[in-house]
Amino acid sequence: MGQRTPLYQQHLIAGAKIVDFGGWDMPIQYQSLIEEHHAVRQHAGVFDVSHMTVVDIGGAQAKDWLRYLLANDVDKLTEPGRALYSAMLNDNGGVVDDLIVYTMSEGYRLVVNCGTREKDLRWMHTKAEGFDVSIVERPELAILAVHGPESISRVCALLSPERAAAVESLGNFRALESEDWFIARTGYTGERGLELIVPNADAPALWDALLESGVKPIGLGARDTLRLEAGMNLYGHDMDEQVSPLAANMAQTISWEPSDRQFVGRAAVEQHKIDQSAGKLPILTGLVLEERGVLREGLRVVCEVDGQEREGVITSGSFSPTLKHSIALARIPAGSSACRVDIRGKLTPVRIVKPNFVRFGKKVFE
Amino acid sequence: MSSFPEDLKYAPSHEWVRIEADGSVVMGISDHAQELLGDIVFVELPTEGAQVTAKAEMSVVESVKAASDIYAPVSGTIVEVNQALLDSPETVNTSPYGDGWFCRIKPSDAAELDALLDADAYAKICE
Repeated sequence: MGQRTPLYQQHLIAGAKIVDFGGWDMPIQYQSLIEEHHAVRQHAGVFDVSHMTVVDIGGAQAKDWLRYLLANDVDKLTEPGRALYSAMLNDNGGVVDDLIVYTMSEGYRLVVNCGTREKDLRWMHTKAEGFDVSIVERPELAILAVHGPESISRVCALLSPERAAAVESLGNFRALESEDWFIARTGYTGERGLELIVPNADAPALWDALLESGVKPIGLGARDTLRLEAGMNLYGHDMDEQVSPLAANMAQTISWEPSDRQFVGRAAVEQHKIDQSAGKLPILTGLVLEERGVLREGLRVVCEVDGQEREGVITSGSFSPTLKHSIALARIPAGSSACRVDIRGKLTPVRIVKPNFVRFGKKVFE
Repeated sequence: MSSFPEDLKYAPSHEWVRIEADGSVVMGISDHAQELLGDIVFVELPTEGAQVTAKAEMSVVESVKAASDIYAPVSGTIVEVNQALLDSPETVNTSPYGDGWFCRIKPSDAAELDALLDADAYAKICE
């Protein structure tokens, strides 16, 4: 038996198929992955993501430390209730994890991946040496992500009028603290939505109320197809400690200015930038297969660069329920002009597109 | 729970066959198999007239999760394929023993049919 979130019984009641996910017993799907996927794109769905790790950062040097720990710059977060996506790099400029950091009325809140929990905490403590910071994990909090065009109105209908008004006026990547609830306009689907970080004890009743109001329960299977359509990276697949953020479509999340901010991995990624200018760093791109067949993680990609044959690899691939054909993220040599994917021994031509396939229910690439 | 109709025979690789009055067999994949695969998005079918060999790869099913080879339950000639699956592969999920059938085979060796499992024996290996 793995670890269980406070919503485990709710998953069983909803008919979930439970799988092991990073040591947690989590719902992979309820009835149909594809129907769950469409429910989020067209209406609203709720995910239990309580397995993810919430870490609160406090202390006099919380800000200074996060400006050192993270490749993005929390100095951009000018007031409480703001969110930032960032990589946490190692000294070689590889990605230890990707995370969201929020500013709180006091200190900061990080949400990191479940599979990387232990090494992340170890890394944070190592890098906290000499700083006046507190690093406090919050296992007593559950996270419900509610996403889809109807998600915000469905959630607000369940809240007190004051709380609902505050949530309705939240902009994207904004968050609010409301007593012991934390509600953020962030997510992993490419749809409007909220992430509600609430005490474990409040989670089952919130889940039940959402389902009663017509919000569908969504498993981790559809969470993966939704994030892939949105072109969002999955740690351990699209990037890891061996991969530069510049080779993982994360250049926008690195704050180079001010140039004297010394963040962990800075010297290494500055070298990666030079390599990139010389065309020596691979890119993470989108691939589209409009014919029959499904692009899968690990499949070999044969690319053409200046008339030469070179190789890349699919880092995430699936059937796209919205587009009704296969899409993938792949790491391929810079300057590749044509790509074919080795599907069971047959080199199948694919199109190279920007790694962003679906936003707000609609196809976004050319 | 998966269903295992009594009037069918099964291969351990999760295909079912129904023996027709004319001696041909209709085949598909079991309820248990479609449950394991999850939402099916493409079905690649053999061509009519093709020869297939028992226990050899005959077609491929792709679900959102994975690609899976389908093996011929018996040797013989493909005499009919279910073209409707090309446009509606999800029929394999909703009706694995009915409209989700794959193809009809004219067996070349009737003894191979005897080697297939009955519903109880197949249900046991799915436990």
